[in-house]
Amino acid sequence: MIGYLVSLIIFTATYALFSLGLNLQWGFTGLINFGHVAFMTVGAYTTVLLSVKGVPLVIATVIGAALAAVLGLTLGVSTLRLREDYLAIVTIGASEVVRLIALNEEWLTRGPLGIPNYPLPLEELTRPTLFSKIGMIALWTAIFVLAGWQLVQWMRRRVDRLGREMAVDKKPPVSVMKLIWGAAAVILGLVLYGAGAIALSNYSYKAGLMLLLVTVLALVYWRLEVLVKSPWGRVLKAIREDEEVAKALGKNVFWYKLQALILGGAIAGIAGAFYAWNLTFINPDGFIPLITFQAWIIVVLGGTGNNAGTLLGAVIYWAYYSGTRFLPDLLQALHSIMPVVPVSIDDARLGAFRIMVIGLLLIVLMMARPQGILGKKEELTLGR
Amino acid sequence: MVDESSNSPDFPTDGLETNQPQDLAEVLADVEGVGASPQMELPLLAASGLVKNFGGIRAVDNAVIEVAKGSITGLVGPNGAGKTTLFNLLSNFIRSDRGRVLFDGEPIHHLQPHLIARIGMVRTFQVARALSRLSVMDNMLLATQHQTGEKFWNTWFKQKQIRQEEREQRERALDILDSIGLAHMAYEYAGALSGGQRKLLEMGRALMTVPKLILLDEPAAGVNPTLINQICDRILDWNRDGMTFLIIEHNMDVIMSLCDRVWVLAEGRNLASGSPAEIQSNPEVLEAYLGK
Ligand SMILES: Nc1ncnc2c1ncn2[C@@H]1O[C@H](COP(=O)(O)OP(=O)(O)OP(=O)(O)O)[C@@H](O)[C@H]1O
Ligand SMILES: [Mg+2]
Repeated sequence: MIGYLVSLIIFTATYALFSLGLNLQWGFTGLINFGHVAFMTVGAYTTVLLSVKGVPLVIATVIGAALAAVLGLTLGVSTLRLREDYLAIVTIGASEVVRLIALNEEWLTRGPLGIPNYPLPLEELTRPTLFSKIGMIALWTAIFVLAGWQLVQWMRRRVDRLGREMAVDKKPPVSVMKLIWGAAAVILGLVLYGAGAIALSNYSYKAGLMLLLVTVLALVYWRLEVLVKSPWGRVLKAIREDEEVAKALGKNVFWYKLQALILGGAIAGIAGAFYAWNLTFINPDGFIPLITFQAWIIVVLGGTGNNAGTLLGAVIYWAYYSGTRFLPDLLQALHSIMPVVPVSIDDARLGAFRIMVIGLLLIVLMMARPQGILGKKEELTLGR
Repeated sequence: MVDESSNSPDFPTDGLETNQPQDLAEVLADVEGVGASPQMELPLLAASGLVKNFGGIRAVDNAVIEVAKGSITGLVGPNGAGKTTLFNLLSNFIRSDRGRVLFDGEPIHHLQPHLIARIGMVRTFQVARALSRLSVMDNMLLATQHQTGEKFWNTWFKQKQIRQEEREQRERALDILDSIGLAHMAYEYAGALSGGQRKLLEMGRALMTVPKLILLDEPAAGVNPTLINQICDRILDWNRDGMTFLIIEHNMDVIMSLCDRVWVLAEGRNLASGSPAEIQSNPEVLEAYLGK
């Protein structure tokens, strides 16, 4: 069970990191990137191939992120001066080109056979000392305390506003629901924290990877929050709203779009390295366009242009995804009660079924709450 | 290339010459007053020979315009005359097919639009463009030029300086918002503003860039009369403080009460130029407005 939770945390955090990159591009800058997985592919393959050749992992990862950034630069320079839909089209194409290169350049990537047995981070740390275990658990605790602190701050602001709203016009407290969700988040956080702490004390490779990944995710999240709240982020948001205005006010729109594309690409490149380390085997089948659209679902689900929303979107997406893993068992149980229910479905159909249901859920969400879970309702009803 | 009418502020007076010889002396005196002491009174903005074709339509045809430093200059003409297109050419939002634009004596027609804004010529839009999902305050702060925090790496290493600048700019923005009556909306979404308020916000935003020249495209269109008065008062205030304006406007009362000099455009060509009174009594102008 703990092991399952740990691998779930790793998947969620990888997708969260990956989607934060997309959120910077789409949610804050308004760039339509339908080929986000290309950055992940470049990051994953570069890191793996370099580390196989003996390059230290940190350096290999940095180069991987840098090459993903270069891909962003190339796409940007070639399309950003054109009408905005060109970027969408070119990114779709680019992600397929990158995957096909990985599939066909066998001298480099071993093609469909994929690459096994590459160096993994913290690999030599098979039996950490008690001291380093305590250190790791302390780091794990610190991250959760910080996250919890953020949540408490946010809830306090909510309560304040709730108090004001009730004092002003005695409307039914709309924010109560949010508080309930906040409480649920606290419980979920505690469960995850506990699972992680136990996993770290019975150290395994996956536990170490989880800690490393969540640390990186926390750092990236924190930097992005600083960035989007800075004047730099204000320019991005202005471009998203109306780039002509940004231009008229002296902002170099092209350059800022390029920066968003590069930075988002580099983040996805790092996510790619973790993706590879988690799978411990990569081949081109792991980098299909579906992954891009999973990131889109995550970003839209949580509320575009909201980093916390993206994290939440990743949690919900993976909670849903792992929840439906038990669907065959459920069907089996139902079948024993009501024989009309089919006994079981094969993996391919299950996969399709899950995507179908999430599509349906998204449609319902978009009708009930078009701004996403953490998005602000007011923003949608504003006139342009 | 630049044709012969390129440096002739008297081009529009050609039209006056044939129709209104009695006004010619006055107009020429006006023009020569500008030309007589070029080193002292170089126009802030001088464009000549501007041409723009959209497919078969020649939207701007050999247009000339000058804006004197410290003036409020009007640009009028019937619908579709090419006024907005001329603004787009001046600010280089649309590249001209031909012609040159001098700003403060320097050619700017090769500069990208954002660079033109940076050297002090800022434009507004005919349909006011608020950044809806940003607060009114953020709309204003965005307009500040040379912000430390707008550079990526500075957000890593110069947080203190950035916070300091933000504080200062916030105060400046509040002052401007106060003068246009939007201070109480500072922390609302700009999308919550009415049409007239958006026009005001655009003007405030333009002022926030500390420009030398503001191009206003129909600041009074779709605005209620009380707000129009407020807008005019602000323009006059800011002009008294030394700001130069070029204003497109259909509302003749606004033009009459604000402008020192008016340029008339019809079918992309200069029709006349002179004081508001001269323009109003010019039969060619009336004909262009009322149709032949
Ligand atoms: N981007 C464009 N593409 C094609 N034609 C255009 C474009 N912009 C303007 N035009 C045409 O150029 C002519 C001049 O338009 P412009 O908007 O400059 O007029 P205007 O003087 O601003 O009119 P109004 O007073 O109605 O705002 C019109 O015939 C218009 O249809
Ligand atoms: Mg117009």
